[in-house]
Order: sequence, then structure tokens, then C-alpha cells
Amino acid sequence: MTENNTVAAGDVPQLSPLYLLRWEEPQQAHVMLYPEGVVKLNETAAAILLLCDGQRTAAEIIADLNSRYTSADVSAGVYRFLETSHAKGWIRIKS
Amino acid sequence: MSNSGYVPNLPNKPLWLLAELTYACPLQCAYCSNPLEFAKYKNELSTDDWKRVLREARKMGAAQLGFSGGEPLVRQDLEELIAEARQLGFYTNLITSGLGMDEKRIKAFKDAGLDHIQVSFQAASEELNNLIAGTDAFRHKLEMARLVKKYGYEMVLCFVLHRQSIDQIRDVLELCVRLDADYVELATTQYYGWAYHNREHLLPTREQLQRAEPVAHEFQERLKGKMRIFYVVPDYYEVRPKACMNGWGAVFLTIAPDGTALPCHAARQLPGMELPNVRQHSVEWIWNQSPDFNRFRGFEWMKEPCRSCPEKEKDFGGCRCQAYMLTGDAANADPVCDKSPHHHVITDAIDRAARIAAGKESAAKPILFRNPRNSRALLDVGTTKPEASLPA
Repeated sequence: MTENNTVAAGDVPQLSPLYLLRWEEPQQAHVMLYPEGVVKLNETAAAILLLCDGQRTAAEIIADLNSRYTSADVSAGVYRFLETSHAKGWIRIKS
Repeated sequence: MSNSGYVPNLPNKPLWLLAELTYACPLQCAYCSNPLEFAKYKNELSTDDWKRVLREARKMGAAQLGFSGGEPLVRQDLEELIAEARQLGFYTNLITSGLGMDEKRIKAFKDAGLDHIQVSFQAASEELNNLIAGTDAFRHKLEMARLVKKYGYEMVLCFVLHRQSIDQIRDVLELCVRLDADYVELATTQYYGWAYHNREHLLPTREQLQRAEPVAHEFQERLKGKMRIFYVVPDYYEVRPKACMNGWGAVFLTIAPDGTALPCHAARQLPGMELPNVRQHSVEWIWNQSPDFNRFRGFEWMKEPCRSCPEKEKDFGGCRCQAYMLTGDAANADPVCDKSPHHHVITDAIDRAARIAAGKESAAKPILFRNPRNSRALLDVGTTKPEASLPA
């Protein structure tokens, strides 16, 4: 992971325009579609990416998820996932 | 499946349908992964057959649809198939050389609801592009790339890298910048079909890769957020195999031009395949029940070193076709893996590529362009002189 893929609390992630995220009824899952492929997302990944709307900051995304999944603080996992998603080009970061 | 131990749960549902509409193509690229014997598959599916396949695959769960070939633009019903796919809710991609396309057709594709057009280039210069493609295509491709953007598409460009083109990687990326591309796939040649036949001419050397990789990374860094550049090291230079197709019969469904259903586009060559055809069977039967699609599902089919390997769930033992082509047994580990006892066939191929590139040795066979005449000639060799062995 390069330094440029680090995601900070105030960053505003947004799904890249090349990627289409949607619910697929037969798969009972969210999938991400792009010109050369498709990724079937698990529930957690979908929950995070659905919040990457270009409005919320990473901190707000985490607060939202924490309010829904109360078991433990999700922040470390969410930052890791956002950084991976950024490295893969799934999301863009608006600072 | 008749093997013991593996409980055949209902498999995953297909997610990705590759519709190879035709093997006809105006280009003659020697790196094509179509089967060498494509000239013998003449009986293409009808428009109605394709519509039924699209309906059935969509109903089962397929979401991503690639129209490919050969050159899919050769099919005059392409607009109609795109419209049908869109109406069914597919995410649709046209994978094309751009030959056979004009502004009128691009507009018609847009009206039919096509999501993406991927235009392939053979190189960044007119001279090399046309030499590799075996035709005068470069200017037309540039024009098509611009038109794609004009009609509101993201510009998705694909360049296939091999020994004769990889040194131009900087020119390729600068051309992409000039064209204002959105997504660039620097596709490494996959050694199947024609590409396998021509491998001694195409496999890049280690030095070439070491020069190319920093250039790809430089542009990736520079264009971050503007142009997405997809670049992978050829699997021959890895020590672990690719998770081919994300597992056999797990995600991917190819329908060949003649209606043969395949777990990947190269699987027709494997011995013992029954090659179910959508003319005789439903997509559901083929996916869930056919022996072909169940053949390498799960892990019970594996031999050592895969069977006891902790990484088997990550890479599924690699590519079955590569295992067959390079070791003679499709159930062996993909020899790209350095745990494979056959790994030397990969390193031998790399060493040989280096000696050929350095002019110390010469390739055993001349480079063979992918065209119907050469395909028929290979078929004739196969029937009249069986001792002349063809690559698998």
C-alpha cells in the first residue's frame, strides 16, 4: 500500500464513475460492475461502499456503521477496506 | 459428480457471461486466444438462440455480459442483441477491434443501451499496429476511440503486450493520455490458442518486464483519479498461479459461436470434455448438472501438491488449460506455481524467450497469423499427417 492510498477521517470517498454498484436479486448480493469485470460483494463491503456517496466523510461513514453494527468499533476495518478500495480504483477520494 | 467426499452443494450462480458471437475477424493477431481450429466451427447461433441464452443466463444470475469474438461487429444483429440484453438488465460490454464500427453504429449501440465499448489497439504507432494486426487499421481505431467518447461512453482501451509491443509501453500510455482515455487495460498476452502456437515469438523477456513495469507504475501514479490503468505481470513470471476464472464453474460462463458452453474460453481443448451445447441443453442444466462444469469444482479432483496446499482456496490450483497444455494433465497444478514439479517448463520457456530475443537461437516455427486460411491449413495437417504434432 503506498502512502497515497491512506484514507483520513476528513476524506470524502466516492465510488469511481467507471464502477456501477447495484443489488442483484438472483445473487442475493450487491455486485460491482465495471468494463472488464464484476465483483460480488459481501454484506459488509456493500454497506461501506453504499455510503461512499461523495457527501459523507470517512468519519461519518464509520459513525453511521457504528450506529448500525454495535458489536465493536468498526473504524480500523473500514479504513482498511477504504484503502484497499482506493488502491483498486473502486473509489476516489475528495479531500 | 461421482467423486467421493465432495458434497456437491448447489454451485455458485454464474455472474459473468462471455458471448463469443463469432470467430470471424478482420484482424489476424498472432496473440489471439481463440482456438487454432476455429475455421471448423461455422455453425453460428441464430439471433433467437442468443436471445434465449441471454434470458436463461440472466435468470440464473449473470449480470456482467461481454460481447466478444472474433469480432462481434461482424454480427449484423449485434444492435438487436444489445437491446435484448439491456432489457433483461445485463451490464453490457462490447469488446471490439473497432473494425466494422462507424458513427451510425456507435449511436445505435448507445440507443440500444450498451454500457461500455472497449477498443483494442495492437500498438501505439501506425506501422507497428498494422504489422501486428496484419491489416491497415490504426487510423480507424483512433477515430473510433474518439467517437466512443463523443457519444458519452467512458473510453476503455485495451493494448495487448508481448515481446514485440511491450517496449513501446510509454508510447502506448502517452497515446492514451492524448486520446483522454478513462480506462486502459495493458493486457498481457495469455498463451492459449494462437498465442500458445506463437509463444516463442511473443513471450516477453524478464528484462523487458523490468523496464515496462516502472513505466506502468509511473503513469498509474501520475494519472491517479483521471485514468485507470490496469496492468498485471504475465503469469509466466509469477511463482503462484492466477486464480483462473475465480474457480472452475464458479463465476464465468462462455458461450462459443457455435453454442458450445465452456467454463472458460480455452477449455474446449481439454480431453474428456463433453462440450454441452445450448442448442441441446438449457443454460441451467449446463451450469448445474453438466459433467463439464462440475469437473473441476471443489477440491477433490486435485492432485498433489495442490491437494494439501494451504493456498488451494485462493488460486484453485491455477488454470486447468495451462496445466493440460504444459504438463499433459488438466488435473495437475498449473506449472506457473513453483511448488509444481513441472515448474521448469515455465522457466525453460522464459530462458528460451531470452535466447531467441538475443538472437542466439531462433524460433522453431515461423509466426502464424490468425486467419481462416492458416486455421484450415492446421486442420489439414492434423488430418493428413497425424505425426505432425500440433500444440494442444
